[in-house]
Amino acid sequence: MKYCLASLFAGLIFGLGLILSGMANPEKVLGFLDIAGLWDPSLAFVMGGAILVGLVAFAIARRRTLSFLGLNIKIPSNTHIDKRLVMGSLTFGVGWGIAGFCPGPGIVALGAGEVKAAVFVASMVAGMAIFELIERNRAKA
Amino acid sequence: MIEIAWSNFTPWSALAGGILVGLAAASLLLLNGRIAGISGILGGLLTPLKGDIAWRVAFILGLLAAPAVWLLSGDKPTIEINAGYPALIIAGLLVGVGTRYGSGCTSGHGVCGLSRLSPRSLVATLSFMATGFITVFVIRHVPGV
Repeated sequence: MKYCLASLFAGLIFGLGLILSGMANPEKVLGFLDIAGLWDPSLAFVMGGAILVGLVAFAIARRRTLSFLGLNIKIPSNTHIDKRLVMGSLTFGVGWGIAGFCPGPGIVALGAGEVKAAVFVASMVAGMAIFELIERNRAKA
Repeated sequence: MIEIAWSNFTPWSALAGGILVGLAAASLLLLNGRIAGISGILGGLLTPLKGDIAWRVAFILGLLAAPAVWLLSGDKPTIEINAGYPALIIAGLLVGVGTRYGSGCTSGHGVCGLSRLSPRSLVATLSFMATGFITVFVIRHVPGV
């Protein structure tokens, strides 16, 4: 129960941060991605602020094996830079540029009752399901 | 030359919001030991493992509840979606497939990955930023598209 409350709290604060920073608004995100038009650098400040806190958090996490609630700390151990990582990220960027939505802001905008965000999130989940199906078939082959 | 959109640029709220995002990622990491990567948290629900479901659902419920909580401040969140439905569907599919193949999105690679100085996440972030910039350039500035 306490793990779920911690998770709910983290999700809520994350969402509030996205709204406060303007990142739940696809038009503002596109304003950052449009360097040839009038450029809005705000997104860089959001990442800067988040990473500043994140650096401290990961420095603390690295010195521990258990979280403050006693769970194992799971930090990715894969360091291999491969085609899947690059091709997947390039593909994600195209989708991000088309609508100005990445996963977090899409879900927050859905929570605000935006029908268009619901369409985006449903398509995103479908995309994730397609990935799982392809992976499952590959594992069988 | 890059021209700054001074009337849209909101450095202070961007920084403050970013700090909140960082605090959220720090909470999930230091309390539950997990990385706040939203594509991974959501994607993990498609192949659910026992004991690994509730925290994911709770995190997503938190994200969904944020606009309602924000309303308590007296303002409605600003959300402008100008893409049409076909574009939103294509964008969603590409974001879904791409983030799973690339093992992360703006939060998992961009925020958490860069915070732990992961070279993999740096490559991922530069990759999706590059195609994000190119895509917007093509859509907005290439005549006939």
